[in-house]
Amino acid sequence: MEATLATIVATASPLVYAAIGETIAEKAGVVNLSLEGTVMLSAMTGFAVSFETGSVILGFVAAAAVGALIAAIVAFASIELRLNQIAVGFVLTLLAIELSSFLGDPYVGQRGRAVPSLPVPLLSDIPFLGRVLFSHNLSIYGSFVAIAGAYLFIFKTRRGLEMQGVGERPEAAFARGIPVNRLRYLYTVTGGALAGIAGAAFSLDRTFGWREGLTANYGWIALAIVIFGGWNPIRVAIGAYLFGVLSWAALELQPVFPSESQILNLAPFPLMIFALVLVFMTTRGDFADRHPILRRLLSAEPPSALGTAFHRE
Amino acid sequence: MSDRSAGARASSFILPVALAFAVAIALLQLAGAPPLEALRLLWEGSMGSTAKVSDTLTAWVPLTLAAAGLVVTFAAGLWNIGIEGQIVAGAIAATWVAREVPGPSPVLIPLMLLAGVIGGALWALLAGVLKTRGGVNEIFGGLGLDFVASGVAIYLIIGPWKRQGIASTSGTDLFRREAWLPTAGAAQIPVLAVTIAVAAVIVVYVLMRGTRLGLRLKAVGRNARSARLLGIPTERYTLGAFALCGALAGIAGVVQAAGVHHKLVPSVSGGYGFLAILVVLLAGFRAAWIAPISLFFAAVAVGGTQLSLRLGLDSSLGGVLQGVLVLLVILAGGWQARRALRARAAAPPPEEP
Repeated sequence: MEATLATIVATASPLVYAAIGETIAEKAGVVNLSLEGTVMLSAMTGFAVSFETGSVILGFVAAAAVGALIAAIVAFASIELRLNQIAVGFVLTLLAIELSSFLGDPYVGQRGRAVPSLPVPLLSDIPFLGRVLFSHNLSIYGSFVAIAGAYLFIFKTRRGLEMQGVGERPEAAFARGIPVNRLRYLYTVTGGALAGIAGAAFSLDRTFGWREGLTANYGWIALAIVIFGGWNPIRVAIGAYLFGVLSWAALELQPVFPSESQILNLAPFPLMIFALVLVFMTTRGDFADRHPILRRLLSAEPPSALGTAFHRE
Repeated sequence: MSDRSAGARASSFILPVALAFAVAIALLQLAGAPPLEALRLLWEGSMGSTAKVSDTLTAWVPLTLAAAGLVVTFAAGLWNIGIEGQIVAGAIAATWVAREVPGPSPVLIPLMLLAGVIGGALWALLAGVLKTRGGVNEIFGGLGLDFVASGVAIYLIIGPWKRQGIASTSGTDLFRREAWLPTAGAAQIPVLAVTIAVAAVIVVYVLMRGTRLGLRLKAVGRNARSARLLGIPTERYTLGAFALCGALAGIAGVVQAAGVHHKLVPSVSGGYGFLAILVVLLAGFRAAWIAPISLFFAAVAVGGTQLSLRLGLDSSLGGVLQGVLVLLVILAGGWQARRALRARAAAPPPEEP
């Protein structure tokens, strides 16, 4: 049981980084649709850099830089050029995936370094929880920090409140002297860097290597989890761990249905559609009144200014 | 559209194209391949002989069909990311007909096309209903349905439709010859498929350009609320746009299954659905431009495979070139719009910093 839960926590860690990163960008009003490509290209970059330099840390730094750069393009196109965020994000997705397989070609099949295991002293001795949460490595502890950090920042600090204002009512925020577009740059790039770290967490911690299409679909799932989680880091994390459970189950079932494993891997997607329908139902009065618990758990309102450009004229 | 904006559009096109080629050349240098030789191979691999032209046309057809469909959904303001699944659904439906229906080609081929139209349209309607009734944004609904469609295809290939004796994901048994799309000459030029694609482009062009239906569709896409206030049944138009796009994507699936692979394979869509989204973005959502841009993309895809084989490079080079090109064109378009806006704003009062 402990071992299983520990596996799930570890499996979900890249997804946590990516989904929390996207939550931060979207809270500030910017959709970074390029997540799928970002995670893929940064997974490749992280592996390649750590392979060439022998440093896992440099691998993570490079991956974060790639994620930040792609996010900066999205932010620039949206803020300066007023282009559709979906269009730019989609093109970047395809481009980053192609780039990852072009540039990553020499690294396919190479064995690289992995994040060293580092049980937390004392905490890892706690019965049950110690094994589940504190017997991992820095990459996985970092995912906990990302969840707690994002939650506390967004909901418990003044700057977090400003950030919500930027995503909800940019005109009002601007009138109060908040530099809307500068903050959007900041949070989009920060979120992109986290998505980049998600890639490195994948190739340096989960798989120990790179091949074409390594992180397939994780970025898309992360995007859906943000909606499922109602733009709240804690609920987003719960969504990520639920998908961790699913991937674990798919892995466990693989020996039972060997040839069907390809289909099992696709199971999250119909569930994603179902979850999104549920989320929508909870916003409708009659259904929500009949299921108050579901409403509490699932109701989700996107930031009002999500996906729109802000310009003072 | 005035002449001035056409001129501006041309200039906003040439620079990004040049830049995209510069990026491609830099990448080739990085990979240690001679750029000029690479460009020559790209040309030869896509247009160098009748057989190569035929290959390029074979890629052009599904790309153009999907792009034509996407012009309709984009006009209605929809991001039909579910198009990959709609192609797969069309291919599955056609495979079912090819397996179950006896008879000669003149009976079988129209039936397969019809089945593809129905399969693709129904799959698209599913995304549409999820959007209009289930509140699921078409991007996520469509994406989810893409994976579901590919799951169904894999299930059929390793399950009920598995090859005799062995279940493998390499595909079903080959269709009988009667179910192969007809081609012309030794180079196997896909005449019928090209004819269908050309017809689809013309239909979509006329629809968007000269009909009430097209105008109303655009009204829904621009501003659904005002359209509703004007008495346009927006849900019906949204679903109609999905169905039309799905139908064309379904035909693309039939062409892929019956004209290219001659069987159902897991990756039957060939990624042409997503690539078609790039084509339509590059075309600025205009039907008239999709045929030539698709031809260019198809040539890059076909020639790029050849090139990477000859130079020992990863086959994704063509995809990188396409992605860079579209990104640069979009950014350049935005840049120009911004400059025009600034210039206008600067005329009466002084420009703000």
